[in-house]
Amino acid sequence: MTTNGLRKYHAAVWDEPLVMEMGRTGRRGQLFPVDEPELDAVVGDTSDLVPESLRRGRPADLPEMSEPEVLRHYLHLSQEVLGMMGISLFGTCTMKYNPRVTEALTRQPFVAETHPDQDVETLQGTLGVIHGLDRMLRELTGMDQFVFQPGGGADAAFLHATVTRAYHEARGDLARRREIITTAQAHPCNPATAAAAGFEVITLPLEEEGYASVEALRAAASERTAALMVNNPDDIGIYNPHIKEWVDIVHSVGGLCFYDTANFNGVMGRIRARELGFDACMMMLHKTFGAPKAGGGPAVGAYGCSEKLAPYLTAPVVVKGDDGAFAIEVPEHAGSTQVREYLGNIPVIIKAYSWLRALGAAGVKEAADLSLLANNYMETRLLQIPGVSKGLSHLDEYRMEMTRYSLGELTEETGVTTVDVANRMVDYGVDAFWMSHEPWFIPEPFTPEAGEMWSVEDLDYWIDVIAAICEEARTDPELVKTAPHNQPIHRVVGSGLDDPDRWATTWRAYRRKNGLEG
Amino acid sequence: MANSTEEAKKHMLNAIGAATVDELFEQIPDEHITTRQFGLPEPLASEVELKRHLTGVLGKNEHCEDNISFLGGGTWQHHVPAICDEIWTRSEFLTSVWGTGSSDLGRNQAWFEFASQLGELVGMEFVGLPVYSWGAAVGHSMRMSTRMTGRGRILVPALMDPQRLDVARTYAGFPEQEGHIEIAYVGYDQATGRLDLADLVSRLDDDVAAVYFENPGYLGVIEDQAAEIARMARAAGAETIVGVDPTSLGVIVPPSDYGADIAVGTTQPLGIHMNGGGGVGGFIATRDEERYAREYPTLQVSLTDTTQEGERAFGLALFQQSSYGSREDGKDWTGNSVYLWAIANAAYMSVLGPSGFEELGGAILRRSHYAAKRIAAVPGVSVPWPTGFFKEFVVRFDETGPPVAEINRRLRGHGIFGGRDLSRDFPDLGQSALYCVTEVHSRADIDRLTTALEEVTR
Repeated sequence: MTTNGLRKYHAAVWDEPLVMEMGRTGRRGQLFPVDEPELDAVVGDTSDLVPESLRRGRPADLPEMSEPEVLRHYLHLSQEVLGMMGISLFGTCTMKYNPRVTEALTRQPFVAETHPDQDVETLQGTLGVIHGLDRMLRELTGMDQFVFQPGGGADAAFLHATVTRAYHEARGDLARRREIITTAQAHPCNPATAAAAGFEVITLPLEEEGYASVEALRAAASERTAALMVNNPDDIGIYNPHIKEWVDIVHSVGGLCFYDTANFNGVMGRIRARELGFDACMMMLHKTFGAPKAGGGPAVGAYGCSEKLAPYLTAPVVVKGDDGAFAIEVPEHAGSTQVREYLGNIPVIIKAYSWLRALGAAGVKEAADLSLLANNYMETRLLQIPGVSKGLSHLDEYRMEMTRYSLGELTEETGVTTVDVANRMVDYGVDAFWMSHEPWFIPEPFTPEAGEMWSVEDLDYWIDVIAAICEEARTDPELVKTAPHNQPIHRVVGSGLDDPDRWATTWRAYRRKNGLEG
Repeated sequence: MANSTEEAKKHMLNAIGAATVDELFEQIPDEHITTRQFGLPEPLASEVELKRHLTGVLGKNEHCEDNISFLGGGTWQHHVPAICDEIWTRSEFLTSVWGTGSSDLGRNQAWFEFASQLGELVGMEFVGLPVYSWGAAVGHSMRMSTRMTGRGRILVPALMDPQRLDVARTYAGFPEQEGHIEIAYVGYDQATGRLDLADLVSRLDDDVAAVYFENPGYLGVIEDQAAEIARMARAAGAETIVGVDPTSLGVIVPPSDYGADIAVGTTQPLGIHMNGGGGVGGFIATRDEERYAREYPTLQVSLTDTTQEGERAFGLALFQQSSYGSREDGKDWTGNSVYLWAIANAAYMSVLGPSGFEELGGAILRRSHYAAKRIAAVPGVSVPWPTGFFKEFVVRFDETGPPVAEINRRLRGHGIFGGRDLSRDFPDLGQSALYCVTEVHSRADIDRLTTALEEVTR
């Protein structure tokens, strides 16, 4: 125990060199067959099999290591990652338990060693799971078709932007429909993918009620509107009660409506995107549905849409025949809304399917209940900590599955910022909180999301850590401002990251820029 | 769920001061709440039942370990060293998110090692974190080149993976839109399968932002005119984008050697299982010049400093130009990708080392050429481009009785997955299939294929 009653913790420190600095000339980690006279007798000298002008003479400058050295190196690195070894309430990412049963099953050859171009008769298991998940997600959202090709939530947003494009193009209306409307609270991927798909972006600002007003939307919507892309609830924990009216307004001018359901965890089993009028929505299988975050994928942004938009999907679709056999339908008009190769990240799809099969309808709804319970429980305790306030505190209704808080008062009083607090949290073995996406509306923000998986004791401990750090900010602000102290390295400064003379995304670039060549 | 006990729920409700959970949903208007009784299957609450169900369903799959597979063309069967799986399945890596640079040190270092080692293979000094797929890498690199040059057309090979091309076309947009990219196709030399340089010349003008080609090409052909293509592109003021298969780079020169400005490609063969197509990942690499660096849509990890003099850390270079930093004003967009695979890729590259890549490339060359020779000896079967290829080659079945689809169906009866049927996507190639042979194929496997082919092509 430490003096403030929290558990003692220190991260592993390995002082691990870069892999490129390791190894010795001639050392080997993997051998491949080299001496194969029976093959040579047929094909001749191996080096003659590559045209002379393209034969690699100078070997790649990779490390030369034995297998155990490589293994130990990466195990050391893994130990220098906090991840969910402690408690991670990283808001907007819905950190939850990733059942190891599907981690183990998806490593079996019947998943791992399948090729996507195998005859469908040999992929009935995979196709059955995809079909089953499609049906369950249709049930949860009211949509008419799901595809799993997008490699993440942002990729699903991009898919929606391209479906929007294809829809208006087919109606000869694309030249006029140049605008996509979003809000300042929407995840950055919505405006970014809209722009990448060739649209101009209109961003509605946050207003007094915690969302953009109906009037602002009405003023923005016109015959130029191609689509609306929004999340609801947002990351501050506010649900826009006028969302049906929003959808009506955009539909009335001929635009499409996309529901970025990134924050589905709190509304599962209560809200169906289609019933609210949306034409399409997206589900994050790597957060809401129990597949691991994996540091940023492999992920799936499952994209669901209505019958009206389904004809514009060019991703392959799994269908079930009258005989019960599954088949893959590849649309004829390929190439306008194909965001990735193949059917999607199959292991992630299996994990999501399994998660839904384990919970069932009642379990899913209970998960949403518990996530709101946990969030509002946290709120009562967090707001008792001097220096912590609730973002948009004039809005006093219960927040949804997460709440955005402000440490602005603490900063004013002590000079300790939200970044300082995040860096100090990891000294207690608790992963840093999420602060906020751009733009920051709330001073010194932080956004925990409890989800349904963390126990009351975990939540209490997390809150105790925040309370202890706020106390430290008053008694010993330097301790917090210079944190972390229990991690393998000190606080990252990040000088030179935007300086062409100093940034180095490879070891070779670093050596050249620092005169270490030779 | 830990808090599903009545005790925990009561404890939390009491603290909140609410009587029921439903009260907490007060923000949602009643008319938004569905009345639907969800038709989801009954829950399989116990792990034993769940596992039995999943094993039963997934067990209907056949796979490439209990059959001999010659499928490639975008996803390839390679040996995955056991330590790659051991490393990426570590819970610390598996469950990490975005903590601090100090508490994520090990993962960020592994990412830097991915970029550094891949950079060595392709001969480039600036490497981004992986993108979704090879197709996504082509799409983003096309868009980088149009932004850099202010031009609007990309030349690509007519012999390109149709799916990869579809992804690129999706990234290109429609002509009605500003900033739309036109994709034009460069033909091939029917005798060799290589790019038709005369056709390339005729299409190169000052609207061309970039020439994209692959080495080896989609159909396995090694493009030995690569330096000439890059020279012609440069003379026309266009960028050269080259797509490569990294498993070839122990025996084939890196694309930087023959003038590539941007290298893209796949990361799947570097220690990632095929996963039914869910193993794909892509990369983008260039020279470390501002002109390129400032157009990257990806996140990229750079070496940087800490508050302690001389201590090494990692941070995100040029973060502000990403969509996280600048929303619609950023370069394209980024998000979750396949960052966990990058760790497995890093382990793969370091366990192979320079000699491993050379041996791997050699084994693939020998086995694939052996297979091509043996297959070409089957009556009625031919290999139109029998030399100058890597890993994959076209096999023509025009002279055999049954078409490719039927041959592949019959091969399955022999426990063999035949090569990808090209007849639909490339009608010019007649009844053709793309055969893929890697280090996992033994001589006996290949002999078994040829024996079976002799039988099923009759």
